[in-house]
Amino acid sequence: MELVLDNKVLEFVSDFKKPETISKVRKQALDALNGMDFPTTRVEDWKYTRVGKYVKKKYKQVQATANVEDYTIADLNAHQLVFVNGYYDESLSTIKEDDAISVHKIEELDEEYYSDIVDGTSENVFSLINKAYQTGGVFIQVKKNKKANFPIHFLHVLEGEEVIANARHFVHMETGSKAEVVATYHSNNSENSFTNVVLEGHVESNASLTINKLQSEAKNVFHISNELFVQDESSNFLINTITTGALMTRNGLEVIVEGENCHTEMNGAYLGTEKQHMDNHTLIDQLYSNCTSSESYKGVMDGKSVGVFNGKVIVRQDAQKIAAYQSNKNILLSKTASVNSKPELEIYADDVRCSHGSTIGELDEDAIFYLRARGISAASAKQLLVAGFIGDVLDKVENEALRTNIDELFLNDFGWKF
Amino acid sequence: MLTIKNLHASVEEGQEILKGLNLEVKAGEVHAIMGPNGSGKSTLASVLAGKDGYEVTEGSVDFDGVDLLDLEAEDRAKEGMFLAFQYPVEIPGVSNVNFLRTAMNEIREYRNEDKMSAKDFLAKVKEASNLVELDNKLASRAVNVGFSGGEKKRNEIFQMAMLEPKLAILDETDSGLDIDALRIVSEGVNKLRSKDNAVILITHYQRLLEYIKPDFVHVLSAGKIIKTGGKELALELEEKGYDWINEEIAQ
Ligand SMILES: Nc1ncnc2c1ncn2[C@@H]1O[C@H](COP(=O)(O)OP(=O)(O)OP(=O)(O)O)[C@@H](O)[C@H]1O
Ligand SMILES: [Mg+2]
Repeated sequence: MELVLDNKVLEFVSDFKKPETISKVRKQALDALNGMDFPTTRVEDWKYTRVGKYVKKKYKQVQATANVEDYTIADLNAHQLVFVNGYYDESLSTIKEDDAISVHKIEELDEEYYSDIVDGTSENVFSLINKAYQTGGVFIQVKKNKKANFPIHFLHVLEGEEVIANARHFVHMETGSKAEVVATYHSNNSENSFTNVVLEGHVESNASLTINKLQSEAKNVFHISNELFVQDESSNFLINTITTGALMTRNGLEVIVEGENCHTEMNGAYLGTEKQHMDNHTLIDQLYSNCTSSESYKGVMDGKSVGVFNGKVIVRQDAQKIAAYQSNKNILLSKTASVNSKPELEIYADDVRCSHGSTIGELDEDAIFYLRARGISAASAKQLLVAGFIGDVLDKVENEALRTNIDELFLNDFGWKF
Repeated sequence: MLTIKNLHASVEEGQEILKGLNLEVKAGEVHAIMGPNGSGKSTLASVLAGKDGYEVTEGSVDFDGVDLLDLEAEDRAKEGMFLAFQYPVEIPGVSNVNFLRTAMNEIREYRNEDKMSAKDFLAKVKEASNLVELDNKLASRAVNVGFSGGEKKRNEIFQMAMLEPKLAILDETDSGLDIDALRIVSEGVNKLRSKDNAVILITHYQRLLEYIKPDFVHVLSAGKIIKTGGKELALELEEKGYDWINEEIAQ
């Protein structure tokens, strides 16, 4: 028992329920966790994000129910899958008649197939904790050459204090299929609770997957997500990550491009106030030729909030004629807000077109005066400029119902109109 | 309408730019202000419009009974002041019509007037852009982004036509306009004139004043108005430059 107390990770998970059946994935994760530690800021990937004080706390895995109506998105007209504290709640979920998809529990995912897909990809202590102790989640199959008839809404709620939600999902896009996933994250009375989610998927050849992630948890919870997608040839993957919530957020996103003629697109908008910390870590790994990728993240930070962006694109030696574009732009609305931005290109091939850049600035004073000189109040002028700054990222969310929902969120949270 | 008395203004670093300026503008009038580069013309426009970074150390400005210097920039606009910028600012991501809609709504709210309907607003956009022959596409594009120099100036007058101010200060709106555009924009400004509003034209060229006939021409030099005359003064300046005025004063 003393040994257990010595290790912070084992201590962290010591109250978590031991899973009834130890599947191969759980076993591997449990084994890997042995001897692992939480990252400190001495670890390059975690240099600007301190997790120490969050992992010192104890969290419980408890099933609960939630008031889902508070979080449903009007007119989204989606398959709605509900996860409360990381437990899949089928009674709160609605799956529509749709011959293009099938919804399974995560346990039904074929382990051999899964191991093959994620083989060689990297894990971290949080994704391993999730995989060892996950309490539920779904495995979605979008069938060959079919287009899902409705968006698939993963609706996550943290309910109650000091709870940890370890939901784990997998989306399998079969050859030539098409679907949109909307992942939202909410919380209720959940001071010091923790979302530790894993969302993974496989986009087979000619398939196309769009993910819109909207995280608006309360500013007293912690959110760590690990997202991994593998793309086969001629596939499309688009993810828009919009973050306004949580005290501390770490969005880890990796896309491994394992075929030619793929397009990968990542966009993000993060809006921090008070003492929020928002970290977006992305990786696009180009292994084959003739692929394009585009990444645009924009941050607006107010109060004492801190933004972190670390976007890496790797172009492997055999990956020729890759066009990769990456940009991170930030606006600081207060003198006490800050951003650490680190775009990285690692290129081993010789015939590539890559560009990257990052900016951190303030709102243009001359522009504010110009608008005020037309009769617009200083507050509205700032709002117009912020909306103008971040608008092009939000425009990537083509789903109108979701976009309306995002606009409402911004209006309620920040008083911003678009 | 506008009474400026003994106006002194400095930049934040302390240097005094306006050094005791007097000017009286009545409804229905057009005043031209000419003067050498760096004499303080744009500074006067900025101080009147309420730009930060200037300190008024002495003097007063009355605008139709209100103490203009007491108001925030936006409230000056709401009271009917308009500045066409010498250097219009580019604002990425903010569309022209969108921001004008916000402006008009806020102005109407301030004046306790009803909101304008979407239909009326669009009709007005059309009317105002026709007035200065501003391409309809430009009206809906991001404010001044990628506009040519001349298009930016037209856009200023387009906005003036939308907002219908009591007092419009046009700071070198003529520079950068080609010959046809100068005529079109001038005719636009003339159409907006009435017995109830007034215009201050800041310019270096007498050509503009052939289109928009001023009632008074003032010479601003080193932060003061040193000479006032009729429109013939502009012709004289064009011919002789500014030095003779200083000599005249010295005598
Ligand atoms: N914010 C500022 N800080 C320092 N100096 C300033 C500032 N604004 C204006 N000045 C100075 O004040 C003087 C007057 O400038 P202003 O722009 O008013 O001239 P102007 O008469 O409009 O000239 P032009 O005909 O070239 O447009 C100039 O010497 C200018 O450098
Ligand atoms: Mg000037």
